[in-house]
Amino acid sequence: MKVVLHVWRQQRRSTKQDFVQDGRMVRYELDHVSPDMSFLEMLDVLNEQLIRKGEDPVAFDHDCREGICGSCGVVIDGVPHGPERGTTACQLHMRSFRDGAEIWVEPWRAAAFPVVRDLVVDRSAFDRVVQAGAFVSVNTGAPQDANAIPVPKAAADRAFDAATCIGCGACVAACKNASAMLFVGAKVSHFLHLPQGRVERERRARNLVAAMDAEGFGNCTNQNECEAVCPKEIPVRVIAELNREFVRARLIEEPVGKKRVGGDG
Amino acid sequence: MTWLFDFWRSSIGGKVTMAITGLLLFGFVVAHLLGNLQLFAGPEAINAYARFLHERQGLLWVARLGLLAVFVLHVVTGIRLARGNRAARPVPYAKDDTVQATFASRSMVFSGLSLLVFVLYHLLHFTFGLTNPAHYARKAAGADGHDVYAMVTASFHVPAIAIAYAGFQIVLFLHLRHGIQSLAQTLGLHHGRYTPWIARASVVLALFVAGGNALLALSVLSGLVTVAP
Ligand code: HEM
Ligand code: FES
Repeated sequence: MKVVLHVWRQQRRSTKQDFVQDGRMVRYELDHVSPDMSFLEMLDVLNEQLIRKGEDPVAFDHDCREGICGSCGVVIDGVPHGPERGTTACQLHMRSFRDGAEIWVEPWRAAAFPVVRDLVVDRSAFDRVVQAGAFVSVNTGAPQDANAIPVPKAAADRAFDAATCIGCGACVAACKNASAMLFVGAKVSHFLHLPQGRVERERRARNLVAAMDAEGFGNCTNQNECEAVCPKEIPVRVIAELNREFVRARLIEEPVGKKRVGGDG
Repeated sequence: MTWLFDFWRSSIGGKVTMAITGLLLFGFVVAHLLGNLQLFAGPEAINAYARFLHERQGLLWVARLGLLAVFVLHVVTGIRLARGNRAARPVPYAKDDTVQATFASRSMVFSGLSLLVFVLYHLLHFTFGLTNPAHYARKAAGADGHDVYAMVTASFHVPAIAIAYAGFQIVLFLHLRHGIQSLAQTLGLHHGRYTPWIARASVVLALFVAGGNALLALSVLSGLVTVAP
């Protein structure tokens, strides 16, 4: 099959302070695309063509190519990861497009995700949010007995729903407000339903939201675009849980051990 | 109180502020509609209601100032959040698409700012009597100085005014249609069983408020409610 691509090309790196806008969409034609190729394999074919012509290949992120690492991610025709639900760009196949299709390929667009080059963005903002408290503080040592802390099946399922997040950033890319609340909600929900996670729940809610706000993400207005594009189909229920947890931590629970645990009460 | 200001300044604190003030404003528009529906019961009923409110000057002013504070907080917080959202996406998509966000949800800033303009006009019209002094004068000219029936019917008898009020209800419908279910989610109310019903109720309640307001204006225009002599 044939496709016509419009791909965002950007040489100069953006930073949060200097959000470069001098990229542009460039048109490419590809004549020999197999419907069985994945979207990234199609980009590989494009890059071979560009290299043969002595041009710069298109930079894009990828690693596992089996939908589990969260490295890949481009906006395809205005939808992060493209037209198939619950599918990463690496697991999307060219059979989802018709022969002769014109396809627009762009990077995640958010102030918090500066473009490194072409389709590659810097997602370290997510890492900093995770470092702010999306973990359980435990002292390492001998492993505990597996059944020492019973976890009901329903709670484990809810936690796992959220834990399937691969941190790709599609939620931010899809959100009309470039908000990261589905991601942060997933981190909060992941621990909220487990006894190990409950210990630090106030601190986690406070610090994750503070870190999220500091990165310059937008504010959710409940349009649910994030849920529609999430390759792991994480539900917006986690955003309601995040809202509840934040209000609980900031307005309902009295801060304890303020100095020791850090955070601003 | 810095803790409260810090809460408001955060993203979720701002959203919660929108939700609580939005809920109060929604409560107000419902009460405002129920009061005005007494227009259908005739001049005695609605004028008695106006008198009832004005005989309680103290309470009336507490309610007015409270409502003003809620409204200002809603607008100021809404503008703050919307500006943050714009800044969060400095470069727009060359090709944009929407998977499931409703039109109403995408036009909240537009519908909100339009509501602001409308509310200002509405106050100039009926509360301060500046846009149509002749209609306003009819209120004081009535039997006991509270002849709102005469004022309102004289105004909505003018086609431009009635159609503007009625047409504007589409904007109010859009704002509430997304707003009501959105505030539930913001306040943490999310449940597999209830959320779909909250979404439906949101449409029904928005239709009720917007439709009721439109009905009032159009009923006078069409002669269903007669203009005071
Ligand atoms: C009759 C007056 C109004 C009523 C009854 C009303 C009601 C509401 C409600 C119920 C919400 C939902 C809160 C939430 O999402 O949690 C909301 C949100 C909002 N309102 Fe209003 N509002 C009014 C006037 C205004 C005005 C004058 C503005 C002007 C700036 C405005 C701007 C917004 C914005 C930006 C949102 C947030 C949108 C979102 O979260 O999707 N509103 N409003
Ligand atoms: S490359 Fe790992 S999820 Fe797509």
